Amino acid sequence: MADILIALVLALVKGVGLVFLIILPMVSYTVYAERRVSAMIQDRVGPNRVGPMGLIQPIADAVKLLLKEDFTPAAVNKFYYWLAPACAMAPALMALAVIPFGSYWFGQPMVVANVDVGVLWVFAVSSLGVYGIVLAGWSSNSKYPFLGGIRSSSQMISYELSLGLSVIPIFLICGTLNLPAIVGYQIEHGWLISPIWIKGISFTGIDFGQIAASVFSVQALFKFLLWIPLFISFVVFTISMFAETNRLPFDLPEAETELVGGYHTEYSSMKFALFFLGEYAAMISGCAVIVTLFFGAWHIPFLPTDPRQLPLVWSIILGFLHITVFFIKVAVLLFFFIWVRWTLPRFRYDQLMRLGWYFFFEIALANILLVALILAFYPSPQVSQPSTKASKPAFLTNPIQLGYRAPKVVRNAG
Amino acid sequence: MAYKVVRTKLTFAEKIYLPAVLAGLGITIKHFFRVLTGKKKETMQYPEERWDSHLPEHYRGAPTLVKDEHGKERCVACQLCEFICPPRAITIKPGEIPEDDRWRKVEKFPEEFEIDMIRCIYCGLCEEVCPEQAIFLRKDYAITGLTRAEMVHDKKRLYELGGVMTGLVFKWNEKK
Repeated sequence: MADILIALVLALVKGVGLVFLIILPMVSYTVYAERRVSAMIQDRVGPNRVGPMGLIQPIADAVKLLLKEDFTPAAVNKFYYWLAPACAMAPALMALAVIPFGSYWFGQPMVVANVDVGVLWVFAVSSLGVYGIVLAGWSSNSKYPFLGGIRSSSQMISYELSLGLSVIPIFLICGTLNLPAIVGYQIEHGWLISPIWIKGISFTGIDFGQIAASVFSVQALFKFLLWIPLFISFVVFTISMFAETNRLPFDLPEAETELVGGYHTEYSSMKFALFFLGEYAAMISGCAVIVTLFFGAWHIPFLPTDPRQLPLVWSIILGFLHITVFFIKVAVLLFFFIWVRWTLPRFRYDQLMRLGWYFFFEIALANILLVALILAFYPSPQVSQPSTKASKPAFLTNPIQLGYRAPKVVRNAG
Repeated sequence: MAYKVVRTKLTFAEKIYLPAVLAGLGITIKHFFRVLTGKKKETMQYPEERWDSHLPEHYRGAPTLVKDEHGKERCVACQLCEFICPPRAITIKPGEIPEDDRWRKVEKFPEEFEIDMIRCIYCGLCEEVCPEQAIFLRKDYAITGLTRAEMVHDKKRLYELGGVMTGLVFKWNEKK
């Protein structure tokens, strides 16, 4: 009983700390970054007045939004109208629960809930985000929001398919859905985005034999072969993530030029802000998923991966470094999202649907087949059981084990 | 006559769209780094940096009253500017110069001269119409105030803004 309580309290502390100390500030500074980066791309300057370099701008924005009149139009369906903003914001934050955003800090694994369903949870919860938008569009009782809501629902449903299918190769390779275990696999066998993975370099010394073995071997060749479908996966997954988070080439639900403001046309003040922040939070959690699946999450190459084996001070520093690196990777991806947004024009609606159903869906399916074929011919490994051996037992000691446990059949791959 | 729209045959690279995407990303990031490294600077940080020294002589800023080189006001309260002003921003209260005054020949002077800068459209007709070259549009463009009353420029303020202007018309001149 006491164990469960302690575990619950820990999860609560981690969750609250993650959301309120990291994600929400990050959301507001992503908005700031969006404004500054877009300005620079367009040869402007952007907000640079409030505080040094305009860094206090997000706080000023928040104050403005909180103090604005919260206006509810007369003809709306009040219950759903009030419910919608929360529905838009909450799933984006909930999806972060399973993301391993650090290794160990003060001896605690830096993941709020280490569940075996992992990525499924992310997909399940992030697809709930569409309800906020649909409800907002419908309950506003107004044409443009309604159109935005409809567009959003069909768009998100279409792109969830390719989103889900494009990551199946990863599960085929890693043999698990558990995100910390996938990270463990990547530590062992290299980030899934990198075609070659050099082993044998660490700050204690360089082992040339191991480097050679990791670069020139059948294993390395197959790693390179696997990299091709994995890269396709990455591209499809990232593009679908753009559609899923309503970012610009696919921002039809709020297309300002056609639909006024899209689904949040009728909203004002903090309710509008919740949509706005929810969108950015969804972007952050989407980037966090991409980082976890393809960029080795918190892993820093050539540095020790388990802080618990180090002396206390160093373990705290390394743990902190891992968390920092995770969010730096997320920030880089966020920059990419912003960069793309201010480069590409919006798709036409039929183009969007065509792209989703005729191309990404098929590419993702073919990709699965390709990975399955490569794995079928995978040479029996002389390397040890992959990945999860080192990290999984440690993670499994975490008493929070919700949901179903996948059979521990781990493919000998990678 | 029926017109056939010629559709360009797209190459494969154009069809898959990705090369165009990458090229676009290249262009935007180039602009981003140009601004980031300060190589390109279009924006002027307005209140600190101003374009004032580049304003041309004919710039139409706020209308003002000017004095001549002897420090005399030029306006003779003929009210032409008041009549021509399209938004009726100018209000003049003419006063008579007394019989025994040295400047009797000028006949009138403005007791009050007000330009409502909320109304003024900076068209410059007042300057054009003035027979005495007393009213000029100078280079002040940041006319601000916290109240409506503050935005009405009275005679004192107008002379303050206008300053001295040497010119051709010398009605306030003993020689004439």
